[in-house]
This record gives sequence, structure tokens and C-alpha cells, in this order.
Amino acid sequence: MWRDAVLVAGKDLRLELRSRVTTNQVAPFAVLVLVLFAFALDPDRGILARVSAGLYWVAVLFSALLAIQRAFAVEAADGNRDGLRLSGLDPAGIFLGKALAIAVQLLALELLLLGGVILLYGTDVTDWMYIVVTCVAATVGLAAAGTIYGVLAAGLRVRETLLPLLLLPVVAPVLIGSTQVFEVALGGTALDIAPADWVRLLSVFAVIYTAFGVAAFGPLLEES
Amino acid sequence: MRSLSTSTTVTRGLGILTLVGAGALVLFGLVLSPADEVQKDSVRLMYVHVPAAVTAYLAFGVTALGSALWLWRRTRSLFWDRLAGASAELGVLFTGLCLLTGMLWGRPTWGVYWTWDARLTSTALLFVLFLGYLALRRVQADPEVRARRSAIAALIAFVDVPVVHYAVDWWRTLHQGSTVSTLDPKIDDLMLFSLMLGMVVFALAYAWLVTHRYRLAQLEEMVDGRRLELAIEERRAEAELVVGTAP
Repeated sequence: MWRDAVLVAGKDLRLELRSRVTTNQVAPFAVLVLVLFAFALDPDRGILARVSAGLYWVAVLFSALLAIQRAFAVEAADGNRDGLRLSGLDPAGIFLGKALAIAVQLLALELLLLGGVILLYGTDVTDWMYIVVTCVAATVGLAAAGTIYGVLAAGLRVRETLLPLLLLPVVAPVLIGSTQVFEVALGGTALDIAPADWVRLLSVFAVIYTAFGVAAFGPLLEES
Repeated sequence: MRSLSTSTTVTRGLGILTLVGAGALVLFGLVLSPADEVQKDSVRLMYVHVPAAVTAYLAFGVTALGSALWLWRRTRSLFWDRLAGASAELGVLFTGLCLLTGMLWGRPTWGVYWTWDARLTSTALLFVLFLGYLALRRVQADPEVRARRSAIAALIAFVDVPVVHYAVDWWRTLHQGSTVSTLDPKIDDLMLFSLMLGMVVFALAYAWLVTHRYRLAQLEEMVDGRRLELAIEERRAEAELVVGTAP
């Protein structure tokens, strides 16, 4: 299972490295979202620095949607899905591989966006440890849930419009949790709920959806 | 040939019972039960609001159960899939009703239609979660394929509910306590009776509607199957026509 996962993840990442869709389209889009927020919320009034935690994670979610759609668009062409199914790879391995590739791309995007909020919004990072831990926990959850819904929607004609509707409500807890920890980590006020508890919640989310994906990916890949 | 109607004697009985119950609820809710000292007449919305919420939870529970039983090989049958779909539709309907009545009640009581209270927020999320599920169900597919897809989607949405609950609860504790708990917990006997009556009436309405919706789904599948047969027959006839006119 793990060997298959590494194989699939390697394939996807190599594909992204060569096609450069993530670097040339998704990453600029992520930065663009940050710029748009600045247009929408007057930068002079200091709102941006105060709400940068929330804006950051909304930007991550939007970019994640693109990355997930992209991850399954590459499987849609030339009957790749059938190829994947007939490859003899463990479906759980395929799931973990796809999720891993998405997670790696998301982490890169998050790093970029973090640079973006520091440079563009003038946000200061006060606690790097929480930033790293939150990003990892949230990313695993996003990638796992995204991969499940990605394959669920991949075969449908309405996938572009259906995926956000299905995915975004499910990952709402991730948005809430990671934003809360970032508030602290970006020098905001302390919370009633300890950041560690939020990280725990994010981890529970990640574990639930990873387990779900490992169990359900086989039947989902089979359909249509 | 099976009857094309979705009603039987039992559902007719159930329907009459629901309507009579609804009439009684109107009588008790609007006339016989007293107005609240603090909330005045707006308290009467409770007789619809609370039963709608409870029935919605019941409906989503049935959806999750149906989905799980469909996925379990030993109980796999399209019965569970149709039941899950029918129940989810009613769940969304009742959640919508619950949100709507809640807003109507919130305006005179809290002064605002909406507040980011934990319970409100998680209910709204639940509403959107299952709207997505219904959207997925509407995508045309082979019944088996659709059933598998929907069952998995319903379970993903369902396991999210406790996580959403905790996340939203914690999120809100930062700002304010639950506003709902500030209301007087003591309740007048007649009010309690009206509320219980509301629960019964809504449960009956749910049972009534879910049976009809289930049978409607069955008929839809039958029509789809019949249409496919007709199309095949037509193509065959065309082919014969071509063969017949050939020199």
C-alpha cells in the first residue's frame, strides 16, 4: 500500500513539475486572491493585518479547490482512470498517493501564501511552531477530504460546480480551527480554547478522513 | 402492472392523521396555549421550530443508516438507497423550516434575524452539507452507481457532524455564551403539551412524506427503465425499416 502510494504521489508530482500548472496557474491565483482581499478591505485601515489569519486560510481553501480539481483532471484524459483501475495498484495506496501529492502542493502553496501575508499585509509571525503544526495537520485533512470528493466528482459532467459545494462545508471545521490557531501564531489575542486543542481537532479531522479515504476509495474508483 | 399511485390505504390514513394533528397543533399552538410573559406570541413559533429541528435530525439519521446499510453487502438493496435519498430531502426541508422559523423568532426576541450562535451555525452547515448531497443525487447515473456514490457521500457528510459541532462550539465560546439557554427553562403545562403535539405531528408528517417520496423514487426508476426499453425498441424498428427498404 505504501509503495503504491509513493509511486502514485511520485507520478503526480512529476506531472506537476513538468506541466507546471501548479506553479504557473494555481500559485499566481493564490497570490491574486490575497491581492483581491486587499482591494476589498481597505489596506490603510489596518484591517488586513488583523484578519490575515482568516484571509490566509480562505485563500488556501480556494487554491486547494483548484489543486484538487487539477489532480483529477489529469486522470480524466485518455481513459487514465481505467488505466489506474487496471494497474493492480492497491486502491488505498492510490488514495494515499493522490492525497500525498495534493498535500505536498498545498504545503508549497501555504508557504507561498505565508510569505504573501507577511509581505503584503504586514503580518508578524510570533509563533512558528504553531504555524508549522497547523499547516501540516490542516493540510493532511484538506488533502484527504479533497481526494475523496475529488474522485467522487471526477466522473461527473458537473464536477466543476459540484466539488466546491460538496467540499467546502465539510472542511469548514478545518477553516475554523486553523484560523483560530493562526490568530495566536500571527500575534493576535490569546484564545479561550488552547491552540493545542484546535490542533488536536484538526488532527482528528485528518485521521477521520484519511481512514475514510483508505476504506472508500476502492468503490469510488470503480464507479462510472 | 403496479399501480402508478404513490398512496395506499395506510398512507391515506397516515395523511389524514397528519392533517388532523396539524389542525390540532394550530388550535393548541395559536389559540389554547398561553403567550409567554417575555417572548409574547413569538413563543408559538417554538411549536414548529423545535419539532422541525428534531425531525430533521431524525431524517438525517435515517439517511446515514440507509447509506450504511446499502454499503454493507449483506443488506445491500436499492430500498436503503431510496430511503436515504427520500429522507435526506425531507431532512433538508425540515432544516430549512427550522432555520426559517428560527430567524422569524430571532428578530423579535434577539433583535436580529441571524446571530453566529454555535447551534445556528452548525445547523446552517448541516443544511449546506446535505444540499450538496442532494445535488450529487440529482446527477444522472445508473441506479447502482448513484447509490454507491450517494451512500459514501452521505457518510462523509455524517461523520463531519460531530467535528463541525465541536469546532463551532469552541469557535463561539470565544465570543458569547449560548443565547438560547438564557430563556426561562420552566415551561407551562399547556405549552409543553403543544410542543409534544408538534413533535408527534411532525414525526407523522415525516413518515407520510417519506413513504410517498420513496414510492415516487421507485416510479421514477420504473419510468427510466421503460424509457430505455422504448428507445431500444425504436432503434430496432429503425434498423428493420432500413433493412426492409434496401434493394
